[in-house]
Amino acid sequence: MTKPAPLTRDDVAHVAALARLELTDEELDLFTGQLAEVLDHAADVAALDLSDVAPTAHAMAVTNVLRPDEVRPVLDRDEVLAAAPSVEDHRFRVPRILGEAP
Amino acid sequence: MTAPRPTIGLANAVRSGGRSALEVVEEHLAAIEAGDGAIHAFNLVTADLARHQAGAVDRMVADGEDPGPLAGVPVALKDNLCTRGVPTTCSSRILAGWKPPYDATVVERLRAAGAVVVGKTNMDEFAMGSSTETSATGPTRNPHDTTRVPGGSSGGSAAAVAAGFVPLALGSDTGGSIRQPAALCGVVGLKPTYGTVSRYGLVAFASSLDQIGPFAATVADAALLFDVIGGHDPADSTSLNRPTPRVVSVLDDGVAGITVGVLTEFLDGAAPDVAARVHQAAEALAAAGARVEEVSVPEVTLGLSAYYLIAPGEASSNLARYDGVRYGLRVDSEDTATMNTATRSSGFGAEVKRRIMLGTYVLSAGYMDAYYNQALKVRTRIIEGFATAYRRYDVLLGPTTPTTAFPLGEKTADPLQMYLSDVCTIPTNLAGHPAISVPFGTGYDGLPVGVQLLGPALSEGTVMKVAAVVEAAAPTIGVPVLSGEARS
Amino acid sequence: MKPGWEMVIGLEVHCELRTATKLFCGCPNLFGDEPNTNVCPVCLGLPGSLPVLNQKAVELAMAIGTALNCEIRPSTFHRKNYFYPDQAKDYQISQYDEPINVDGYLDLPDGSRVGIERAHMEEDTGKTTHAGASGRIHGADYSLVDYNRSGVPLVEIVSAPDMRSSAQARAYATELRAMLVASGASDGKMEEGSMRVDANISVRRSSDDPFGTRCEIKNLNSVRSLGRAIEYEADRQIAIIETGESVVQQTRHWDEDAGRTQTLRSKEDAYDYRYFLEPDLVPLVPDGEWIRAVADTMGMMPAARRSRLVDLLDPAGEVSDSQADQVATVVDLGLDDLVIAAVANGVGSGLALARTANEAATDAEAARKVDPDSYVALLTMEDSGALTATQSKTVLADLLAAGGGDPAALAAAKGYEAMSEDSLASAVAEVVAAHPDAWGRYCSDDEGDRKKMAGMLTGLVMKATRGQADGKAVAAELQRLRG
Repeated sequence: MTKPAPLTRDDVAHVAALARLELTDEELDLFTGQLAEVLDHAADVAALDLSDVAPTAHAMAVTNVLRPDEVRPVLDRDEVLAAAPSVEDHRFRVPRILGEAP
Repeated sequence: MTAPRPTIGLANAVRSGGRSALEVVEEHLAAIEAGDGAIHAFNLVTADLARHQAGAVDRMVADGEDPGPLAGVPVALKDNLCTRGVPTTCSSRILAGWKPPYDATVVERLRAAGAVVVGKTNMDEFAMGSSTETSATGPTRNPHDTTRVPGGSSGGSAAAVAAGFVPLALGSDTGGSIRQPAALCGVVGLKPTYGTVSRYGLVAFASSLDQIGPFAATVADAALLFDVIGGHDPADSTSLNRPTPRVVSVLDDGVAGITVGVLTEFLDGAAPDVAARVHQAAEALAAAGARVEEVSVPEVTLGLSAYYLIAPGEASSNLARYDGVRYGLRVDSEDTATMNTATRSSGFGAEVKRRIMLGTYVLSAGYMDAYYNQALKVRTRIIEGFATAYRRYDVLLGPTTPTTAFPLGEKTADPLQMYLSDVCTIPTNLAGHPAISVPFGTGYDGLPVGVQLLGPALSEGTVMKVAAVVEAAAPTIGVPVLSGEARS
Repeated sequence: MKPGWEMVIGLEVHCELRTATKLFCGCPNLFGDEPNTNVCPVCLGLPGSLPVLNQKAVELAMAIGTALNCEIRPSTFHRKNYFYPDQAKDYQISQYDEPINVDGYLDLPDGSRVGIERAHMEEDTGKTTHAGASGRIHGADYSLVDYNRSGVPLVEIVSAPDMRSSAQARAYATELRAMLVASGASDGKMEEGSMRVDANISVRRSSDDPFGTRCEIKNLNSVRSLGRAIEYEADRQIAIIETGESVVQQTRHWDEDAGRTQTLRSKEDAYDYRYFLEPDLVPLVPDGEWIRAVADTMGMMPAARRSRLVDLLDPAGEVSDSQADQVATVVDLGLDDLVIAAVANGVGSGLALARTANEAATDAEAARKVDPDSYVALLTMEDSGALTATQSKTVLADLLAAGGGDPAALAAAKGYEAMSEDSLASAVAEVVAAHPDAWGRYCSDDEGDRKKMAGMLTGLVMKATRGQADGKAVAAELQRLRG
């Protein structure tokens, strides 16, 4: 596996935006250094030739876990909406949405 | 020889009517009241609810019914286990005050077994940390030395058991978050096989690694709690639909004929006092009839790097839902995207942000193959490495942590150093295997040392009967002395 | 379509599956309920909740794959990560690089074949309504979210870019819809959003040219808008190319009222979804036995049902265009079983098809519910001459309105009685006597004249009997009188 390009401050800013996090300039500097250090530690993993190894996403090999198509109790709407920051007309209210879903 | 079972004795006393559950819970509530100011093991003590549950247990006994194997036993829950109507915060500002409308499966099973939930324990925010210092409610302190960390992320649960606030507690272990604080606090902590304990109602950190497990003062008590919470749950697709090992019944079987491999890679990084205790435990096992040898599993050295690619990757997705729309914190703004960003930036602490960004980065276009997918392949190699070892050995032995409890604040500025404290616990999570930390004397500083026993999937019975022998041979650890009367 | 150009069209169709519960939780899968009443921790994305796959949804997805001649494969679920308030977890669970169905095809009534690249499972989002004057996302002051639809099972069917005209795309959507309904997988209601179509369109000058740059058109809420949007978009792209510019790959929104497409976002805005394997679910590995069991429970697909009707009309498969249209209509509306039942009881196939495609089809919903025995009895009366065509149609309307009943009683209540042979003969005789010229021409050897006069005389008899006479009986009586 070729070594990936080193992490830059711009990468961190881009990733923060993707993750909907806003960082101050100081945080950006701090996190860039810290994350670069962690990724550098992971360079041993990135450098291994594992082209013939299958990935493991689940440690325990289980397949076909299904449930019957039977209706189960729903939550009480008042209890659900009581947890919400803002509610109107039995719906969750959010500020204006600037665009369609990506 | 019989492994000590204080909790089983307590439950049996309540079941037989010898002690009232209410009296038991009042004693423990008093201990918490007196001692937790110095420790901060709890985010929330649910005294009224506990009294209510204890009263119900007592009524069952009076009516001639059996409340179950944990009758009247006070239990503390890590604050990432959902409790209906009771705040569940993950020690995060973003979930402050959130009351789940449902109970986690383990909480239902505890209630059905007659246990009494006394509160929610402090933790690293969203279980991300190794010292309980990333908690938004402030750190928990180690009952053995309040200038030291209790470990993490389940530091509150470990400290609550160590301080005698509760005989039993539940934690969650993604990369060592049960075993590492158990070791640093001098209690027993079990990370069960992935899939043996339902994750339904456990607020996710890294779904393919998270597993709920018990804390207790003794191996037998941990086994009892594991037997109660384990077993198939149709609400968790990764829950194993096969018989879960029943552990309590095999604890006193001894280790004659058992083969134990002492894991050299784990010893290499351990402090000398910790390594010495591991060798001492190995000698005790040999003396008890086990065949003990050193074994190398080189793949485990890749664990830390793989873990810090996989766990943040999953976490970055699991924590996306904290967006200020449906529950929890909202920091209002002109538009929804800005509101999401303002909410998350204000609601998450630095460590959570770091891991979300790391995880987002390793999953992002252009880096996915080099980091995340590569780490999943390393995971395969680690599983293969363990499999080779388990063809020769029933269990593996090593330290739980490289050192004893470190001072508060020592590693908070250096995330990588903090991550390194999980180097001995992480490989087990990547493999999905069980492992237990058992207290084994103290280090040069007088603080507890934990030794770790690891086994292949579903070997809880073997791992814990070996642990019981280690426990029996362990040098004693001083009882923490807290202000006020801490122990009932 | 401008001459000298060819369209290349591929369609992505999302259809909601007809399950009792959602894809990953036991909440009811119902349209139109009070907001946020069909929700639970899983479909609200509450912390700690976990998905468990609905077996029925998997079987309906397999049924779709079977009907589309797909290979049904071991499959996995991924997380598609993006922030949006209708997405309860801020990721969508969807099949990504290992979908359950791949490499199939759908044959259209005109004989053309459209390839199916994949048909995969995924979950639907909640529903957002925009508060403010426009009711649309732009200009809204704020929005409200209802999660009843969150987690409803969807299958997304992705065609190959095999279609070359808007008519073919419309035929594909129509045929796919009929197939989804026939397989029991979906109710196919585009107006309720249970079937949603996105179109990928490009244009090129010749079929030898490589594909042009494509645009994806969203918000197509009917087969008609699909056709209109494709025509508009193809013209737009051609105009761009003819002025020497290049088409920009982008996603566009169809504005039904304005009759045009508008830019939604361009390819440069391509979102980084960070797909990764959903750790809360396990792989799905259907074995041959399960796949066969699902196939065995499926009803006949539209193509098979059409050929069943064609066989009834003409075993050699030679039917007129108008009858082919009637066949397509009754199958599309799910009324073919009525035709089959009528023919099985001795009704002429032409009559059974015509009455079903022309009259019953005007109220298909009622016709699907009508008692087949009543329907067959009515057509039998008409076929035997007990009722005239006009009377039969009137009684049919009553029958559909009532959901069934005794057609003889309904006819009697209207005062319809078949005319006796004697009164029919005298009515014909009276008309012949009153119109000697017409009769004379009818009796002539001029074939055209005779046909024309037969129609006229029959009409006069019908008028004189106020529609009670049966047209065929009148024709026979005229023939008899002529000798």
